Amino acid sequence: MMMRVLSILLILLTSFFFTGIIVRTKSIFSGRKGPGIMQPMKDIFRSLRKGSVYSETTSFIFQLAPTIYMATLLMAILFIPFGNQKGVLSFNGDFVLFAYLLALGKFFMVIASLDTGSSFEGMGASREALYSMLVEPAFFILMGSFALLTGYTSFAGIFGALHFGSYISYGLGILASFVFITIALIENSRMPVDDPKTHLELTMIHEVMILDNSGYDLGLVLYGTNLKFAMYGAIIANFFLTPGYEWYFSVPIYITVQVGFAVIVGTIESFSARFRMNHNPQFIFMFTSISLLIFLGILLGTGKIS
Amino acid sequence: MNAIPIKNNQTLKIQDIPVFPYEEFLELNTGMASDVYLHCVNYFGHLLDDHLRLYCCMADDTNGNILISSAVINPGSGLPIPSFTARHFAFHVFERELHENFGIQYTDHPWLKPLRYSHNRADLHSEIGNYPFYRIESEELHEVGVGPIHAGIIEPGHFRFICNGEQILHLEIQLGFQHRGIEQLFPEKKTLLQRNILAENIAGDTVIGHTVAFADLWESLCDFKAGDDILYARTIASELERIAIHTGDLSAICTDVAYQLGSAVFGRLRTPVINTFQVWCGNRLAKSLIRAGRNPYPVTPDIADALNRLFDAYEPDLNEMYQRMKTLPSVLARLERTGTVTQEQAERIGAVGPAARTSGLIRDIRWTHPYLRYGHIPHQPIVKHHGDVYSRTQIRKQEISQSIRYIRNLIGEIPGTGITNSELKAPMANAFVLSLTEGWRGEICHCAITDSAGDLILYKIKDPSLHNWTALALAVRNNDISDFPICNKSFNLSYCGHDL
Repeated sequence: MMMRVLSILLILLTSFFFTGIIVRTKSIFSGRKGPGIMQPMKDIFRSLRKGSVYSETTSFIFQLAPTIYMATLLMAILFIPFGNQKGVLSFNGDFVLFAYLLALGKFFMVIASLDTGSSFEGMGASREALYSMLVEPAFFILMGSFALLTGYTSFAGIFGALHFGSYISYGLGILASFVFITIALIENSRMPVDDPKTHLELTMIHEVMILDNSGYDLGLVLYGTNLKFAMYGAIIANFFLTPGYEWYFSVPIYITVQVGFAVIVGTIESFSARFRMNHNPQFIFMFTSISLLIFLGILLGTGKIS
Repeated sequence: MNAIPIKNNQTLKIQDIPVFPYEEFLELNTGMASDVYLHCVNYFGHLLDDHLRLYCCMADDTNGNILISSAVINPGSGLPIPSFTARHFAFHVFERELHENFGIQYTDHPWLKPLRYSHNRADLHSEIGNYPFYRIESEELHEVGVGPIHAGIIEPGHFRFICNGEQILHLEIQLGFQHRGIEQLFPEKKTLLQRNILAENIAGDTVIGHTVAFADLWESLCDFKAGDDILYARTIASELERIAIHTGDLSAICTDVAYQLGSAVFGRLRTPVINTFQVWCGNRLAKSLIRAGRNPYPVTPDIADALNRLFDAYEPDLNEMYQRMKTLPSVLARLERTGTVTQEQAERIGAVGPAARTSGLIRDIRWTHPYLRYGHIPHQPIVKHHGDVYSRTQIRKQEISQSIRYIRNLIGEIPGTGITNSELKAPMANAFVLSLTEGWRGEICHCAITDSAGDLILYKIKDPSLHNWTALALAVRNNDISDFPICNKSFNLSYCGHDL
């Protein structure tokens, strides 16, 4: 049981410094000193200590949404395994529940933003809903392919079995990490799909949706981003954790993958411009295609088609 | 009878300006405006005891003349008159101002809406809260209102979009939140220094552009022949301001497409440029650098040295960063074919400055109506033809390089210190004077009229933003609403320059 909790502890630990590393990477690349690694977390704690202000036009949905969002995220991380150690919860088909838990949280954030009646937030909500919808096939095709390859249908089963394959599983792992990094970027509304730093409501996706959230609620939503990043980082790390290694090997590998992921995100955000909004669907479809490619590779590899 | 031609910064007697019957006045000026080489630099009214005298100033780009004509109408009669705008759209802002200030009614003005809600407007019931927005009744379309409180920290303005999903069908820009009544303050403030400081504060980002216009105008009015050292210092200051603001704009364009490297590097490059102003005159925005009739901060060999050192460090970095930016596909994808203004549109709305030059319309006062030392610099305006955000980015970089070249050439020949300038005489009585300068944003026009005692009784300011806001509204049509900020930034228009 101790080892099962390890995954959650590591995700929580990573979430504390993840965005800090992104911000630091960006500031170093632009020649600035930048804030400390813990600054984003300090900002979140500051928000959490404040009271929330609610618009008179909003209903209980708006007040409920951030809490549900955080709850779904906390529940979702219970499914993430650590190497061949199962997550706290694990059963067949758990990745489907995982995906729809995240979708539930997002659904509540979307209707909460519609609840405010602001034209900005409506715009942001429609964009966020569209992009999450487009990214869903990529996730399911990918996880389905791995289920097909390994014969397991739970996170723990899939990641446990993946490593006993040949070198091709590492190749697939790298390709899959690539898809997961992008899913994480899209789900978290980061560059190149959205720019979290912008002050321009008209170009925002996620940030404009949470314009009305303040204080404690805002703190929850912001921390949600950190947690989501760490969660996807953990999934990616699982592709690289070879079962059989002791924890004192696994944990450093895990941390390295997480830090590497954060640095990659920071680098992408430093050296490219964000996409034009109407190019985003095209970009997201590309990852569905890569997932399909993985699926086809697995079909060929397992001799399902020849 | 014809309109009277004057040169840039020339003073003439009021009685020399021909007065036409209104219909003839309309025919004459709209007829001239149909020629692409003639455009209206200012059209305003001067309310006298019982009548309103309209002055129209048309700049002729072919020979450097400015053609002044006038008409007298009676606004009290309430009779609607035919509008210039129906014949040529570029007049719409001027006629909206006349309508707002003097209650003139037009029979056929297509867009007769409040312009800036001036304090002394004719109809005080027309308030900023009940602006008549253009509406489209439809189930499919939705409206998005932005402002007047800006999300960042720039000036207030209200933007009302009518959108079909993510696509903009129509944008209406409502301004006037920044109105200070600066034109009325000019005659009220009696000392030259007060007026000089007012001119510096017309638009905080075009201190040199507006102050040079004021100083040139005042010196012409007072029959003062500026010495070589004055012209020299002002020319360098004008170009240095262009470099500083254009660099800041390049940084802001990068920020809006979320290209962090460009944003950081161009932002860093702007600082030493404005710091050079600080070294030169003690203010980073170049306030106090220009004073009518004197040269408080002549260009010394030390300043020339500082400028040389500045450009030695600045230019390689600028070129490297710009090269990197223009070869980055993700940046180009955002800039190219975004926010296009066609040449036909630019001509119709009377666009000026870089906004016109990027659509293939050459409007550059430095070239057509030279002032300061521009007659001696063989200045060739930079022209682009696509009219998109990328063109407006390119022209900024190229104008920076051009200005650096001009300054480098100029500081090779610092005028001697032995120049003594004459004293300012008393302003000429019953005079009309017009001054044009090319600020970094485009053509700035200042006009003044004095009474029989030589006192200033009317001061009219026209910032290039007055025309170019319409260009922005046209540019964003059929673009994504998420591309509006980058279009807006590529024009970087002034709110207070418009609102006065």
